[in-house]
Amino acid sequence: MNLVTQFAYLVSALLFVVGLKQLSSPATARKGNVMASAAMLLAIVVTLVEQDVLTWTWIVTGIIIGSLIGATAARMVKMTSMPEMVGIFNGFGGGASALVAGAEFVRLQPFGVLPLGQGSTIMLGMLIGGVTFSGSVVAFGKLAGWITGNPVTNKFLQAVTALIFVGLLGVGTYIAVQDPSMVLFLVFIAAALILGILLVNAIGGADMPVAISLLNSYSGLAASAAGFILGNMILIIAGALVGAAGLILTNLMCKAMNRSLANVMFGGFGTEGATAASIGAGDKTARSVDAEGAAMILAYCQSVVVVPGYGLAVAQAQHDLKKLCDLLEERGVDVKFAVHPVAGRMPGHMNVLLAEADVPYNQLYDLEEINDQFKDTDVALIVGANDVVNPDARKPDSVIAGMPILDVDYARNVIIMKRSLSPGFAGIDNPLFYMDKTMMFFGSAKPSMQDLVREVREM
Amino acid sequence: MESMPIMLVALYVFVLATLAGKEVITKVPPTLHTPLMSGANAISGIALIGALIVSAEAEMAREPVVVILGLVSIIFASINVVGGFLVTDRMLEMFKKK
Repeated sequence: MNLVTQFAYLVSALLFVVGLKQLSSPATARKGNVMASAAMLLAIVVTLVEQDVLTWTWIVTGIIIGSLIGATAARMVKMTSMPEMVGIFNGFGGGASALVAGAEFVRLQPFGVLPLGQGSTIMLGMLIGGVTFSGSVVAFGKLAGWITGNPVTNKFLQAVTALIFVGLLGVGTYIAVQDPSMVLFLVFIAAALILGILLVNAIGGADMPVAISLLNSYSGLAASAAGFILGNMILIIAGALVGAAGLILTNLMCKAMNRSLANVMFGGFGTEGATAASIGAGDKTARSVDAEGAAMILAYCQSVVVVPGYGLAVAQAQHDLKKLCDLLEERGVDVKFAVHPVAGRMPGHMNVLLAEADVPYNQLYDLEEINDQFKDTDVALIVGANDVVNPDARKPDSVIAGMPILDVDYARNVIIMKRSLSPGFAGIDNPLFYMDKTMMFFGSAKPSMQDLVREVREM
Repeated sequence: MESMPIMLVALYVFVLATLAGKEVITKVPPTLHTPLMSGANAISGIALIGALIVSAEAEMAREPVVVILGLVSIIFASINVVGGFLVTDRMLEMFKKK
């Protein structure tokens, strides 16, 4: 490998790191993304120059096909479908790395026992890449609603999963150091793919944000493994950066749900549309309010904090919400948005959906930033959120005990826009609904929001 | 001093890059976590470099299986790179200040 290429890779690595650094502020983030793409382009160009490719047919064909598919997907995808898109893209990244490992195996295999370094990293790359690929396809299927969002797991499947994992380690080691048999290698690939399916299928649809964060991390590690195989530094560095990013996001998501990673992966939680047969409102009564009443309260108060949940995005009501907020601001009301980390279907998803509705980002507040401010807030307006505002999380004996919540019950008034009193994903009752300061504004998010806009406008 | 074996150098690079990544990415605010993930996603398409190297080698070795594996790998990775960076840009474009 020549010196110029190595130097260009170093520049590329620097650009990747600086580009990611720029992502820490919305003002510079777009530039950061451009920097990272430039880093990628540089790495691609120097690689092609160095390899003195004889015939360009396959390489150019591959790049053109891939780029067309990628560009079309990027242009067409709806912002609500970002989790699916990232989910399946993780799979492509992991799959590409696995194929690199496979190709190296096929190339080196005829020469007998593999060199130790290559042998072990080929097997590792194949394992991580294979799991990432099939796992991502399952994650995509769950997010897109093509397969059941319920966790598919039991004692037997867990034992099978563990057995396959141990078997993979054993067979992988054997192939790497003893006998690079093609048959065994194919068995290894099949087992890695099955492992990915079993692992992700065991995770509930509601926990998919954690799963795609983790698969994101794996896709980076798979690229790093490919770098170890080829002794290529830029692959190792870029892969490690992605590995770190995915791991950080995975941790943040687990914390926001107050669950351990092991619990998310093997606990079988996150059943979608949890049934709440055992929950009755009992003798508690909830106070309801109509559009006119809610509009009155909102229009004549001084400060509103909006808490959007995923129900808002499902109903496509974020644009009407934006209209409402504009009207309120014209009347001199201070409007802020409080976004819980798990408000959307992937980390930061709700922020993107609100940005799409032209809500400026300096109006969006994180949990830590906003929680102190609820006590000075006139109205907390909750749209399509439930568990993330359940004050029971503060009680040690609750199912969701310890989950970080938005302290909306400290606001002077609470208006909840919701279809019914039914519970959220956690399947538990929410005492917030029955508080004296709470008003329930029943109805579907979109028409209700439109009614609200009309009422405020007429005021 | 004897030069270190390549695998050991690679391990140093991997560990240090992971730490650098952790430092930089921890500072990304929750508002930008989705673009961060799709941007990181695009970067994991770096596997394209590996796919190109493997494909170029395959041509010289005239090994048809490797050529096909390389081609599919190039397609996968290109989807990842091009789609990832473009969709990230599309999202970031929407983030505006008042």
